[in-house]
Amino acid sequence: MALTTLDPEALRADFPLLADDGPGVVYLDSAATSQKPASVLAAMDAYYRETNANVHRGVYGLAVDATDRFEAGRDAVAGLVGVDREQVVFTKNASEALNLVAWAWGVRNLGPDDEILVTAMEHHSNIVPWHIVAGITGATVRLIPVTPGGELDLDAFTGLLGPQTKVLAAAHVSNVLGTINPVAELAAAAHGVGALVVADGAQSVPHMPVDFAELGADALAFTGHKMLGPTGIGVLVARRELLESMEPFLGGGEMISQVTADGATWNDIPWKFEAGTPPIAEAVGLGAAIRYLTDIGLTEVRAHEIELTATLLDALREIPGLTVYGPTDPARRGGAVSFALDGIHPHDLAQLIDRDGVCVRAGHHCAQPLMEELGTPATTRASLYLYNSESDVEALVRSIHRAREFFDDV
Amino acid sequence: MPGLEDLYQELILDHYRNRRGEGHLDDPTVEVDQNNPLCGDVIHMEFKIEDGKVADVAHTGEGCSISRASASMLAEGLPGCTVEEAFDRVERFRQMMHGEEIDDEDLGDAIALQGVAKFPARIKCALLSWTATNEALLTYQSDARSNGDGH
Repeated sequence: MALTTLDPEALRADFPLLADDGPGVVYLDSAATSQKPASVLAAMDAYYRETNANVHRGVYGLAVDATDRFEAGRDAVAGLVGVDREQVVFTKNASEALNLVAWAWGVRNLGPDDEILVTAMEHHSNIVPWHIVAGITGATVRLIPVTPGGELDLDAFTGLLGPQTKVLAAAHVSNVLGTINPVAELAAAAHGVGALVVADGAQSVPHMPVDFAELGADALAFTGHKMLGPTGIGVLVARRELLESMEPFLGGGEMISQVTADGATWNDIPWKFEAGTPPIAEAVGLGAAIRYLTDIGLTEVRAHEIELTATLLDALREIPGLTVYGPTDPARRGGAVSFALDGIHPHDLAQLIDRDGVCVRAGHHCAQPLMEELGTPATTRASLYLYNSESDVEALVRSIHRAREFFDDV
Repeated sequence: MPGLEDLYQELILDHYRNRRGEGHLDDPTVEVDQNNPLCGDVIHMEFKIEDGKVADVAHTGEGCSISRASASMLAEGLPGCTVEEAFDRVERFRQMMHGEEIDDEDLGDAIALQGVAKFPARIKCALLSWTATNEALLTYQSDARSNGDGH
C-alpha cells in the first residue's frame, strides 16, 4: 500500500537521462549527484539566451533582468530552509561553504587550547577544512565515534564536550550510512559550552524538509547538484550575526563597499562573501530545481524515500552473504545504503553490475575515518531519490545475483 | 562497451583467490607503501634485493580482484630479474595499461591484465603494485648510491 502520492515512474519523464528514450540506466547514485529535470536545463538555457549579463553591475535592462533572475534563486533557497535572503551565501559547492566558515571564523577565533569536535561519519569536506584550521591555529580535532549500529555515540559526544570545545562539525545525514544525526540535540549541548555548530546538509536538504532554525546549527552547508540543480553552486546558510561578524573569506569584486589604496570596507551580507562574478546561470538552475522539489513537496519526497528505503533494506537482507551498514529503521535514516558482499570487493561488484546499467558507488565515499571505524576500506553504496522506484531496487538485486553467478563461475 | 570477459579472466581470478607472494619477508632490503586515494586500496610491498637482483617479493594489502591479482602476478614474475630488468618490466606494464603496443615477453601472467586498459576506471587498480615497485626500486638505487659514496 503506497503511503505517498508521489509516482516515481511518472516523474522520470521529466528527467531526460531517466526518460524512456534515455540511455536506460538504473541510477542509484544520487548521493553523489542527482539527475536534472528538463525544467532546470530549460531555465539555465533561457537565462543564457534571454538575459545573459553580469549581475549587480549594469544599469541597462538586460543586466537588471539577469540580476533579478539570479537573486530569485537566492529567494528560492531562503524559502526552502526558512531564512531571510541575506542569510543565503552562494559558493561553488558545499565544500567551499564549509571552508568559508573554517577560514573566516575558525582561523580567526581558535587557538592551541581549543578543540574541534567532528563526527566520525563526516564527509572529508567537513573534516579536512578543520584539519587545516587546526594546523594553522594549534587547535585539536577530535572525532566523535559511531556505534556498531551506525549511529553517533551520544555518550562519547557528551564525554568529549567541554569548555575547550569551540566547534562542532556534524553531518545532518551521513552520505555512507544514511544515519540522520540529531543535530538539534547536539547543537543545544554544543551551544551550552559556547561552541559554534556547523552542519553539513548536503545529504538532508535535497531529501527532506529542513528548517534552519529548527535544525539549531549556526551554519548549514549544502550543494545544488545533489538537489536536481547544476554543479558549480553551493550554499552556506548561517545565522545573521555570524555572517555579520565574520571577516570575508575571498576578496575581489562584488564583495566590497569601497576600496582605497590602503584597504577596503565590505559589502553587506550575503554579498560580502561572494567575491567575483557568481555562478549566475547555476543560481537560476538551482531556483528551478527548488521549484520542482517544492511543487512535489519535500514531505512527499521524504515519505517516498522512507518507503523505498524499507523495500531496499528488505531486499538486500535476503541476499546471502550481504551485510548492510547503518541504521535498520528507515524512519531513522536517509536513502543512502552501504553494504558489503562476501567474497566480492565493492569495485568488482560495481563493475559487474554496471553491465546491467546499474549505477552504484564503490569506494570510501570520501569518509575514510568512518571506513576505519567500520573496519573496511570500501563499501558499495546504492542511494535513492524521488525518481527511483521498486523496479530499480529489483534491478539492483537481480544484478547482484547475476554478478555473484558470473564471479563464482570464472 | 568491452565485455567483462576481457576484465575478469580465469587466470586473473586464480591469482586473486590464490595469491602468490602474499605475506612478509624476513629481512627485506626495501619496503614501500602505496595507496589509491580514489578508492582506498592500499598495498605494502617488501623486496629482497641481492647482488643487483630481485631475490624475493612479498605484499599485503586491501583491494579489488584486479588490484590484488596484479600484485600476485608481479610478485610471481619479478624474482630473478636484475634491478634494470625490473624497471623495464614495470615500464612495459605501464605502457600496456595505457593501451600501447608492447613486447609482451617476460611480463609473465601479468599479460592477462591487458584487457584492463579498456576499463579506464580500473587502470589504477592494476597499476598500484607496479607503482609501488617502481618507488621501491628507486629507493634501492638511491640507497645503494649513497652507501657507495660512503666507501
